[in-house]
Amino acid sequence: MSIVSAILVLLLLAMVFGAVLGFAAIRFRVAEDPIVDQIDNILPQTQCGQCGYPGCRPYAEAIANGDAINKCPPGGESTIQELADLLGREVIPLDAEQGIEEGKTVAYIREAECIGCTKCIQACPVDAILGAAKLMHTIIIDECTGCDLCVDPCPVDCIEMVPLRKTAKNWYWQHPEIEVELNRKELITSDKIAGEADRENAA
Amino acid sequence: MNRGLRDFHGGIHPPENKDLSTQVAIETAPIPDKLVLPLQQHVGQQSKALVSEGDYVLKGQLIAAAEGYVSTALHAPTSGVIASIQNASIPHPSGLSGSCIIIESDRKDEWGKRLQPLDYEKVDVSELLKRIREAGIAGLGGAGFPTSVKLNPSAENTIVTLIINAAECEPYITADDMLMRERSEQVIKGIQIIAHMLKPVGCLPVECLIGIEDNKPEAAETLEQTVKQLHLEHEISVVRIPTKYPSGGEKQLIQILTGKEVPNGGIPADVGIVCQNLGTAVAVYKAVALGEPLISRITTLTGRALEHPKNLEVLIGTPIRSLLNHCGLQQIKLNRLIIGGPMMGVTINDLDTPIIKSTNCVLASTSEELPNPTPQQACIRCGMCAEACPASLLPQQLYWYSKTKDFDKALNHNLLDCIECGACTYVCPSHIPLVQYYRFAKGEIRAQEHDHTKSEHAKQRFEARQHRLAEEAAQKEAKRRERSKAAKLRQQKATIPPHNSESESNSEDKAAVIQAALERVKSKKDKTSKLTPEVSNGSAAREEE
Repeated sequence: MSIVSAILVLLLLAMVFGAVLGFAAIRFRVAEDPIVDQIDNILPQTQCGQCGYPGCRPYAEAIANGDAINKCPPGGESTIQELADLLGREVIPLDAEQGIEEGKTVAYIREAECIGCTKCIQACPVDAILGAAKLMHTIIIDECTGCDLCVDPCPVDCIEMVPLRKTAKNWYWQHPEIEVELNRKELITSDKIAGEADRENAA
Repeated sequence: MNRGLRDFHGGIHPPENKDLSTQVAIETAPIPDKLVLPLQQHVGQQSKALVSEGDYVLKGQLIAAAEGYVSTALHAPTSGVIASIQNASIPHPSGLSGSCIIIESDRKDEWGKRLQPLDYEKVDVSELLKRIREAGIAGLGGAGFPTSVKLNPSAENTIVTLIINAAECEPYITADDMLMRERSEQVIKGIQIIAHMLKPVGCLPVECLIGIEDNKPEAAETLEQTVKQLHLEHEISVVRIPTKYPSGGEKQLIQILTGKEVPNGGIPADVGIVCQNLGTAVAVYKAVALGEPLISRITTLTGRALEHPKNLEVLIGTPIRSLLNHCGLQQIKLNRLIIGGPMMGVTINDLDTPIIKSTNCVLASTSEELPNPTPQQACIRCGMCAEACPASLLPQQLYWYSKTKDFDKALNHNLLDCIECGACTYVCPSHIPLVQYYRFAKGEIRAQEHDHTKSEHAKQRFEARQHRLAEEAAQKEAKRRERSKAAKLRQQKATIPPHNSESESNSEDKAAVIQAALERVKSKKDKTSKLTPEVSNGSAAREEE
């Protein structure tokens, strides 16, 4: 008798929990793997395709499915570091097959040579090229991600990638060890020595 | 007035060297042949040039307008011809050049139309704000934040205290000191205007404190006398604070005078305080009461490489070379040229760099005065930097994190609260350029933030484009389907005999005609089927076709 009641109780429990789990599976359903979004947010969104995938999101999906995290040259070291932190993987050097980390560049159209074919406009993933058929095209520098995708389609080779210019606005101090190599005179440290001399004189 | 002063954490006492430049009165610098006016002299958006090459401008004429809210206007400091608008060296640690308006002076120094002087008590506060904006005033203390923005705090913050920063805590600099000694009336009147502007309607006037380090007794006394003469003892109090670097840091001065601490990432207005530099008060006075835009300032020219160090009233845009020559520069002695003080200033290499609105000092130092930095040694974890830090940070930890580029941890240790005063570097027995590490880390963090916002933006644009392309494709597909449908319809119509398309009145006749024809065929069929079944089969089959 007791065995029967035990089985009944267990059955009842199983049904209750099954119902709860079934409800939760529908009610709290996650349509997409949220890790893909997190990875996608780390990637630089150049949509350049250097990783071998057609854009940043497909690569994010691939990473979530186990692909290597070192295939993004525009993101470079810092992106690898962030991805490693997020996914608990080891930091690995950038895969040279996909390219090397270079300084930031923007596309530049030599406007005199442009024939207005609109091929580059179709190639640009972020709509950073302005122009119309048979009219000169130009790059909106602030929107350009430097993905390089407009260079190949150009039939007259009038697009080149130029390094982003350093201005007083986007300039910042380099690592002090590099600054020392560049032989830049540093401030602040030095005033002390004069101070020490003064104090010695006073003493 | 006896106030309970507080102290801030840390601080240092570097040699002052202020007496070098306080021996003689303020002189007016000669007008140079050429003035270089950078379009970016302030925090915020670059001003927009309104003149073009070859234009003749008069003194005080607007030559560049403010672009956006956080920006300032720029005026011609003297009369002359616009020689060019081009890139020229600007006082910036990078040594990069920036876009500048270059004026060739005609030495007549002829004033153009001046702004109408305003009686600050009679006009609206918005009018005063507009005037300050028009006059191109940006903080003269060093950072160069547009004053009109600072004097227009958001409605949520009720301002109860106005602090005038006259601490001038950096060694060598005496510009504010001399200004107080010689032009105390302008100072006080400027402060009155600022206090009036911050006074909420129908409320008590804001408490007004002038914080002066006690190494400037003459200046403090002069100010006190002026306050008495103008019968403002109840509104403005001159407060002497103990000399300690960096008491002139905004947050530090607020802490000394009021005991309040500005929250992490906040501004003084969050605790009901507005802090203004003393020189800015004079500029406000000139703009409002005299209608003069900000075209000149007091700058200290000092250092042992100069024969006659002194304070000069210089036109904004004057190349440093002409000022140094005026003060008797001994080229052989000059080792390093610094804009600002020895603690926080920047080294410059180009003598043609101009004086801008925030240049309070030019320091021509000898190699004995400010020797080149000693090589850095290993950190011995002595903790002296933490004792000296006025922001109560842990410089040692920040150093390790900045050095190894562990920016998340550096941020967790409040790197962004570092005011880059250099106190930690000053006390470091291992000569580690700590502040340089923090500057590097801050720059890197800001660059990363910028990249992130940019990539976010790029993602949005990419997705918008994908969406648009998909929509276009869908539209095309829909159109194609419509076309194919239409084509099918046309085809069907084409198979029906052409007379079918005649007017409707005929259609009934036609139906009758067709009916008759069908009947004819039927009767024929009946006849043939009776004759030979094989043939009838064949014809039936043919008919079915």
